Amino acid sequence: MPQGAASNLLFQGSDWNFETLSRTYDAIEAIAIDELGLDVYPNQLEIISSEQMLDAYSSVGMPLMYQHWSFGKRFVFEDHLYRKGRRGLAYELVINSNPCITYLMEENTMAMQALVTAHAAFGHNHFFKNNYLFRQWTDASAILDYMEFAKKYIAKCEERHGTAAVESILDSAHALMDQGVFRYRRPPRLSSEKERERTRERLEYEEQTFSDLWRTLPPTSENSDPKAVERDVSERKKALNLPEENLLYFLEKTSLILEPWQREILRIVRVIAQYFYPQRQTKVMNEGCATYVHYTIMNRLFDRGQITEGAMLEVLQSHTNVVFQPPFDDPRYPGINPYALGFAMMQEIERICVDPTSEDRDWFPEIAGTGNWRETLLDAWANHRDESFILQYLSPSLIRKFRLFLLTDEADDNYCEVASIHNERGYEAIRTALARSYDVGANQPDIQVMDVDLLGDRHLRLQHNVKNGVLLEEDGRDDTLRHVRHLWGYDVSIAGVDSETGETLYECTTADLSGDD
Amino acid sequence: MPNFIDRRLNPKDKSLGNRQRFLKRAREELKRVIKERVKSGKIADVDAEHNVSMPARGVSEPSFQPDRHSGEKQYVLPGNREFAPGDRLPKKGSGRGAAGAGAGTGKSEDDFQFVLSREEVLDLFFEDLELPDMVKLNLKESVAFKRRRAGFTASGSPMNINVGRTMRNSFGRRIALRRPSRREVEELAEEIAKLEAAPGAQTKHKQHIEELRQTLDKLERRRRRIAYVDPVDIRFNRFEPQPLPNASAVMFCLMDVSASMGEREKDLAKRFFVLLHLFLKRRYERIDIVFIRHTDEAGEVDENTFFYSKQSGGTIVSTALEEMLRVIRERYPAHEWNIYAAQASDGENISGDSERCASLLHDELMRLCQYYAYVEIIDERETEIFGTTDNGTSLWRAYRTVDDEWPNFQMTRIAKPADIYPVFRKLFGKQQTVQLHK
Repeated sequence: MPQGAASNLLFQGSDWNFETLSRTYDAIEAIAIDELGLDVYPNQLEIISSEQMLDAYSSVGMPLMYQHWSFGKRFVFEDHLYRKGRRGLAYELVINSNPCITYLMEENTMAMQALVTAHAAFGHNHFFKNNYLFRQWTDASAILDYMEFAKKYIAKCEERHGTAAVESILDSAHALMDQGVFRYRRPPRLSSEKERERTRERLEYEEQTFSDLWRTLPPTSENSDPKAVERDVSERKKALNLPEENLLYFLEKTSLILEPWQREILRIVRVIAQYFYPQRQTKVMNEGCATYVHYTIMNRLFDRGQITEGAMLEVLQSHTNVVFQPPFDDPRYPGINPYALGFAMMQEIERICVDPTSEDRDWFPEIAGTGNWRETLLDAWANHRDESFILQYLSPSLIRKFRLFLLTDEADDNYCEVASIHNERGYEAIRTALARSYDVGANQPDIQVMDVDLLGDRHLRLQHNVKNGVLLEEDGRDDTLRHVRHLWGYDVSIAGVDSETGETLYECTTADLSGDD
Repeated sequence: MPNFIDRRLNPKDKSLGNRQRFLKRAREELKRVIKERVKSGKIADVDAEHNVSMPARGVSEPSFQPDRHSGEKQYVLPGNREFAPGDRLPKKGSGRGAAGAGAGTGKSEDDFQFVLSREEVLDLFFEDLELPDMVKLNLKESVAFKRRRAGFTASGSPMNINVGRTMRNSFGRRIALRRPSRREVEELAEEIAKLEAAPGAQTKHKQHIEELRQTLDKLERRRRRIAYVDPVDIRFNRFEPQPLPNASAVMFCLMDVSASMGEREKDLAKRFFVLLHLFLKRRYERIDIVFIRHTDEAGEVDENTFFYSKQSGGTIVSTALEEMLRVIRERYPAHEWNIYAAQASDGENISGDSERCASLLHDELMRLCQYYAYVEIIDERETEIFGTTDNGTSLWRAYRTVDDEWPNFQMTRIAKPADIYPVFRKLFGKQQTVQLHK
């Protein structure tokens, strides 16, 4: 190999060491910052083995996590798939924290390490730091401290109250995790360690000074006047801030039977659920952003002669695997691949900015032909979530490329109907439907706390606002309701109310459920 | 400049605790599965790895999920080739389309199995038997011995004299004590003779001959005093009895299958046999199992027939013992095989036959068996009545006499699975020594 060509290369062969990692990182950083204009948290890259990767997987990707059997179940499940060869390990794992932690697997080749660095340490990192949802809802600098606190706190509870008692609270809290997030108002920021310490001290103080006598006060005078009753109800609701969509929050604050440490555990689960909520709303964008960034950077490195053709081939092969989208009738079809969709949409944006067709000019007058692809992308990454991103940027040419079509499915019919396909008339409908399918808030059952008579029988009433007639899966509903009862301590009922007609579709109460827990 | 941290040396298995919690949680279900396997599987298979399906109950994580089979939904799918708006796709069964649609939007968790190791299976198995500590068990093993050369000894019977070693000792001693050799003496004698024969020897060499004679005399005396072979030289071959590794064992399972032995009784018996098998398996490389069942006649059968066939009839226990004797004579010579037998019965027997059973044991079987365990399976109610007394069925009373005479015979009663292990310990743990009768 001629000396001149070799000097430009960052690495040769597939072995890596810390020197090549560092040199490659610097080259990638230069492109990411100077050419793509990315803005990232400081990076911390950690080398781990594949077993450790499996461990990290099963604790929902957090480096610190409290102990719970469900993580063991997840581990057994992942491990099983991995050993059967049904699933490969992810090449990377990245944590939304400041500094941003990226795991690199030791088994990766140097080319893969470069790919992962570009993908995670710059793509994901930039997205975490700049996307409005993450900026607004998560606190990257506090999460690791908080997780450490949570882990210790729960371990301490296990010591004091026994593993079984803690486990049963966690089980119930996990069942309500999806209903444990604020969707519309911003949750209070994670308090700093000091503040938390103070809260804990306060809790302990309350625990010591708690007097059960106050709970046995006689009920207020009986009201027979229906108007007064109604007024009472509305006052009561106002006082409790009902209706409340965050079930975990409501139980944490209002449940009469929970002890302070149990409330704190609910809070921990809720905080974690909230922390992951933006990730669930931005899967396509987040993965698309990271994939787009690694693809662009690796190509730049190759153009500059900094990586060999062999390394580039390896990168491309793995890139192709990642963005592979099997058609719906393929046995491998797992749903729409967020990597594929996100990456393709971002490439489309670049193309529309630089080299638009007349169709693009019609659909995207603001960006077509401006040449400002970099700014357009940075803006999209910062200011959208999946739903709005797709609604705004899914282009007709991409709908054709993916050959997307829209299927409607009514429960009563024994067939599905093709509503729209990738043609002139269908673009709009497909785009809207696809965007809606990424609206986490809309796809999750809308369940709210409606009413509770704290001075009466303390029956907790939940309401499920049924949209499009989609009910709840019954076994899961009943089991989950039992968990709510466990946390609430008194009977709980749920009513399914059609959000359009206001008609009650079903009702279910724990008093009728067999098998109390 | 990034911060690189090498975490590879950090502890692995961070999720070990979580996995143990999960297993503990799943334990009830796993136990049920293992129990089922023990019931329906082969005895020898209990001691193996098992695939166990992920138990659903107790480890499910419920949540409020939309019902896939209700309401009106829309899916956007990739890869349309032939559809036009308005086309209808059948939902279930033939059409892939709708099935794919469901899979695309729903959260499906694969059914998966995980493998329990041998130890985990045994743990679960023994847990049901309320096994406190398997390790403490110690079967008194009796073995055949073979004499093996083991060095030399200074005492022993003349038959075992080791000539080579003895002669070497004597030679060494002779050299050390400078015993004159025969050649030395003969040379001297020859010289004397030569000198005497020479003319005029009497005068010329008289002095010299005299000296030679004295030397010769001294040599001869010395030869007489120092024995050629002294008792201290003698070495005997030493023999040591060495345990003869007998790597094979045969286990006879005898069971009464008459009408009184119902599902419960057979299950208890099976558990006992399984335990015995697991136990012997630890000792021997090779185990045969012979299943003999009997009603009023006995026969050797395979395992399946043994536990599951519905044959029924009267009861003559001795037929089973005779059958066992026959099998031993034909296939399992007692000097090559360690023979174990376990008999399970509810103790019902035709009148007069119990005595015959006892005499069969006294005269024949107990000499051949390493160990013979008799387990009487009784009602739980009966435990209270019979548990402590020696009264009982005729078979029980007859076997009592065998029990008194033969230390390698044990008998006991069981009524429920939890009894089996303690009884097993009693049967196989307590005996002091098992004599070998050959």
